[in-house]
Amino acid sequence: MPINGTRGYHSGLVDLASGMISREIFVNEEIYAQEQERVFARSWLFVGHESQIPNPGDFFASRMGEESVILCRDRAGAVHVFLNSCRHRGMKVCRYDDGNTTVFTCPYHGWSYGTDGRLAGVPYFREAYHSELDRSKLGLVEVAQLCCYKGMVWANWDASAPPFLEHLGGFQRFLDLILDGWDGREGQAELLGGVQKWIIPCNWKFPAENFSGDTYHNISHRSVDLVGAGPSGRSRRDYGELNVARKLHVSIPDRGHQTITYVLPKDHQPQAAYQSSPEVAEYFRHCEEERRKRPGENSRMIGAPGEIFPNVALLPRQPRTLAVWHPINAHQTEVWRFFFVDRDAPRQVKNFLRDYYIRYSGPAGMTEQDDMENWNYAHTASRGTIARRYPYTYEMGMGHGVEDYEFEGLRVPGRVFDLTKAQASEEPMRNLYKRWAQFMEADSWDELMTWRHEARAKAAE
Amino acid sequence: MSDDRVARLLLTQEIALFLYAEAEMLDERRHDEWLALLADDIRYWMPMRRNVKYGDTTREFTRETEDVSWFDEGKDTLTRRVRQIQTGIHWAEEPQSRITHMVSNVQLLEATPDANAPREVLIKSRFLIYRNRVETETDLLVGKREDTLRRDGDGWLIARRKIILDQNVLMTKNLTFFF
Repeated sequence: MPINGTRGYHSGLVDLASGMISREIFVNEEIYAQEQERVFARSWLFVGHESQIPNPGDFFASRMGEESVILCRDRAGAVHVFLNSCRHRGMKVCRYDDGNTTVFTCPYHGWSYGTDGRLAGVPYFREAYHSELDRSKLGLVEVAQLCCYKGMVWANWDASAPPFLEHLGGFQRFLDLILDGWDGREGQAELLGGVQKWIIPCNWKFPAENFSGDTYHNISHRSVDLVGAGPSGRSRRDYGELNVARKLHVSIPDRGHQTITYVLPKDHQPQAAYQSSPEVAEYFRHCEEERRKRPGENSRMIGAPGEIFPNVALLPRQPRTLAVWHPINAHQTEVWRFFFVDRDAPRQVKNFLRDYYIRYSGPAGMTEQDDMENWNYAHTASRGTIARRYPYTYEMGMGHGVEDYEFEGLRVPGRVFDLTKAQASEEPMRNLYKRWAQFMEADSWDELMTWRHEARAKAAE
Repeated sequence: MSDDRVARLLLTQEIALFLYAEAEMLDERRHDEWLALLADDIRYWMPMRRNVKYGDTTREFTRETEDVSWFDEGKDTLTRRVRQIQTGIHWAEEPQSRITHMVSNVQLLEATPDANAPREVLIKSRFLIYRNRVETETDLLVGKREDTLRRDGDGWLIARRKIILDQNVLMTKNLTFFF
């Protein structure tokens, strides 16, 4: 039976016919517990970047939802993601943020594991266990699926989930906008050292929805717009070329990924940007020229905030960062923010961008600070018995999206809202919560792969 | 006591009083006066801290002007932060937080050229910052500061501040205030 997002308990909380979504899905602790099982234990989650573990034995302690995991490269060079918990009594076998090792030794009873996850050492194996323990079955718990895509490492606990790129669907080109170089070369992204980690007091879906493409919250950022934190010292970003572009909301149906994006006219010339530093301005002008020479549609696309279901936010351009919204409980989220630059960019360009990134994003970010205040108190004010009776409205722009959007020969995938005049829509949020409801309802990945049902139905005809 | 020891004692006391006066400005929200204490070429840096293996001290901190830190900036950005608070619509500080800076363990590490007529001093201190905002939202941040102060007439300018916060995952939702 196809999932249409309108049946069952959770779909009732996410009422797409009327555009109303219950506050319960944000504040209810039972729903939160079910979400861990039904969404996070089955979804593709971002774990890290291969540049964090270049050498055999390198590891990076990461998270998948609530859980601590170890991203590491074994002695043969293969990449693994393991649950960071000893098979004997559950103690964390790694409490360093990153490093290099030949073995993960549990500090409790001394079980030790190789970087390939194999259980290598059990104290008193012969004496206490009488050599009867099957060590081959007690390696570190490893994810069911792993995908390295242009340096990024994604993982999934569910063997029945579709491959990562199939899960991405038409969203791949938007992910490419953060991973490819600004000059258009493939996979040129480099991670700056240091991952910002901090806790915000709200449900993880508040930031997830905001980064899905909330273009309606200008008032949140009016103070930073007034004092200026952008690359040219004004506003939040450099908007020159965006003024001649089509501003779009793109939602990939039945995947739950959505983003803002800009599409430039065919004959567009580069606009001035990064004007407060001549060297940096020259670097981007050069990259823009190179980008335009390359075949492919991404040379006319400019990335903007987007969200990969369920908990990864992309900002491919200004600033170029990726955030993961790790749930702690219904009311708290631990954010991990990673920052990207072009690998081959001059040192001066990297420094300039880093300065901009950290005055924009994160806890000290003059932009993000005001977002977090809103998510914090929106969550707090939605917890009461009376408050919970009143659903949030997501009615903006219902029925005004189009399929097969095209602008001067460039076709855009998914359902598209042209925001050039409308400024805002809530289609991305409806797309996010429709997918969320499907995950909460579906008993298997077979049910969730609605695109395969359609293909199957066509084949049967 | 020798002259030199007396000079160091007096200098340490002078610097402690300077730091207390600075804390007073911040706690009383006299941010423009605070900005006037910052040298035009100030470096204001607060690294992030990693959990690393014993002895791996260099990798414990993110690197200044290389890695991502909590703060790594100069006077221009610090001034913009103050101006943002002063817009009255910086929601993360509106209504404004109630903040107390406790400063202690003031140590004089270096006086250049000497403690009798110092043009520059390197000092270290501890901070405990209590922040309470809106109704019950409360943060406690504890750590160390390393400052370079530069003589300016009868007073001092802060030429460099390194802030070492004793946290890994930041347990405060934002850093809208100054250390």
